[in-house]
Amino acid sequence: MSGARNAMLRLCLIALSLALWEAAVRLLAVPVYVLPPPSGIFTALYRGIVSTVYVQNLWVTLYETILGFIAGASLAFLLGTVVALSRRTEYFLYPYIIMFQSLPKVALAPLIVVWFGLGLTSKVVNAALIAFFPLMVNTIVGLRSAEEDRVNLMRSLDAREWQIFWMLRLPGALPFIMAGLEVAMIFALIGAIVAEFVGSQAGLGMLVQTLNFNGDVAGAFSILLMLSVLGLLLNQIIVVVRRRVLFWDASEKTAANDASKGAAL
Amino acid sequence: MSRAGLAPAGEAREPRPASVQPMIAVRRLAKSYATKRGGVVALEDIDFAVAEGEFLAILGPSGCGKSTLLKILAGLLPATGGEASLRGTPIAGPRRDIGVVFQSPVLFPWRSVLHNVLLPADVQRLGRAEHERIAFELLSLVGLAGFEHRYPWELSGGMQQRVAIVRALVHDPAMLLMDEPFGALDAMTREQMNLELQRIWLERRKTVVFITHSIPEAVFLADRVLVMTPRPGRIAEIVAVDLPRPRSLDVMSTPDFGAAVKRIRAHFNARGGLVA
Repeated sequence: MSGARNAMLRLCLIALSLALWEAAVRLLAVPVYVLPPPSGIFTALYRGIVSTVYVQNLWVTLYETILGFIAGASLAFLLGTVVALSRRTEYFLYPYIIMFQSLPKVALAPLIVVWFGLGLTSKVVNAALIAFFPLMVNTIVGLRSAEEDRVNLMRSLDAREWQIFWMLRLPGALPFIMAGLEVAMIFALIGAIVAEFVGSQAGLGMLVQTLNFNGDVAGAFSILLMLSVLGLLLNQIIVVVRRRVLFWDASEKTAANDASKGAAL
Repeated sequence: MSRAGLAPAGEAREPRPASVQPMIAVRRLAKSYATKRGGVVALEDIDFAVAEGEFLAILGPSGCGKSTLLKILAGLLPATGGEASLRGTPIAGPRRDIGVVFQSPVLFPWRSVLHNVLLPADVQRLGRAEHERIAFELLSLVGLAGFEHRYPWELSGGMQQRVAIVRALVHDPAMLLMDEPFGALDAMTREQMNLELQRIWLERRKTVVFITHSIPEAVFLADRVLVMTPRPGRIAEIVAVDLPRPRSLDVMSTPDFGAAVKRIRAHFNARGGLVA
């Protein structure tokens, strides 16, 4: 089977489901405020993009997401490394980390908006907070996954602990870290949107709220469409980086992804 | 039974002139572990010496403590009694003048063949250019010229283990410790690797301590075979193998070879059929 043929098949399936949707809405006379037809969604999307309102708000959300991702991921990597390397830190820190992780962090968003205001900061903090956990857990698991034989080899060469970290533990943890980053990127987007829902002056989340409030369901759908495309693109960035970094890892799809599933949500 | 083929260690001539000080001297070495149900003695009363440039095989069934012994020699485990020394200095921890080959190749998949081989040079911060040259030279010695920029997963098991041997040699260690390095290979590849190892050894003349549970492998490769019995791990006998070198695989069908194998096997038969 050729790749081009598969891509064609994929497009046909999408076109077919859109056509079915359009037909069902029209034939059953579903009101626009319940389920708009695809044509209405695309019209709303076109108008929003032409008026630059969508694009401006898209940049806001993207900016919040990226900043939150960087902040959350850096913190998660640092803390994960400290916990993985020191049993003592783990002993004192880990109970709090687990307690915090089991907390539904979406419920924290109103509090964060109260603390950090309606502007950029509260969105970045919320995005960072939600992106933090999957990567931290994966960093810990990854750094601890170094095989005993490999550690023994390094020790037999009289390697220092920091050399074992840089030459063995960290590269060995990369499949786990990349899987964690993949989840963290999507989580950062969710975190930013949730904080926008709670209270904000700009962003796609704010826009969805406003359009819903005005009964413009087609408009809300058009934003959701943009959000899912944005999520897909952000994910693709990580996937491309992962393929480059992990060219050597044949088993990334099994071991590391299982670990990320364990860490998710 | 032929006299030429083997002789008890005590009366055996050294295979080649030994230096005044042995490379390795092990005296009354013991190792015991504490477990929940009391202590377990892994090694007891181990005494032997290895001459510079000698090939010593340590042979025994699983659980006789031979891997423990190798870890102590590599400085990865402390002994609980007695002493092991290398060139007169006690082995108290990992040393830079020892190369270790493990049962599995233990290659890092994110490093190319060349960079795997250069790992000891990276860890010990030895001159890059010079060791790269040595790495190329050694890789071609083991028939891996042209594979320098390949990755471990692109190589067969036998090739991977050859990379591991080259890695153990690249920093020019005084001694090579090998822990059942060919145990995971199929029988045909294993014989080829034995020939190859002999060739490398004849060319480089490193002191080698080689652990195995295969009697023919030990007799084929070694100048002397140290036979160990389990629970606790003790030395049963040290058998000198005076077969001429280089040995071909045909040596295995000679009476001298058979006699050495038979003599070693007797130690295990006597203890209830622990035949390797």
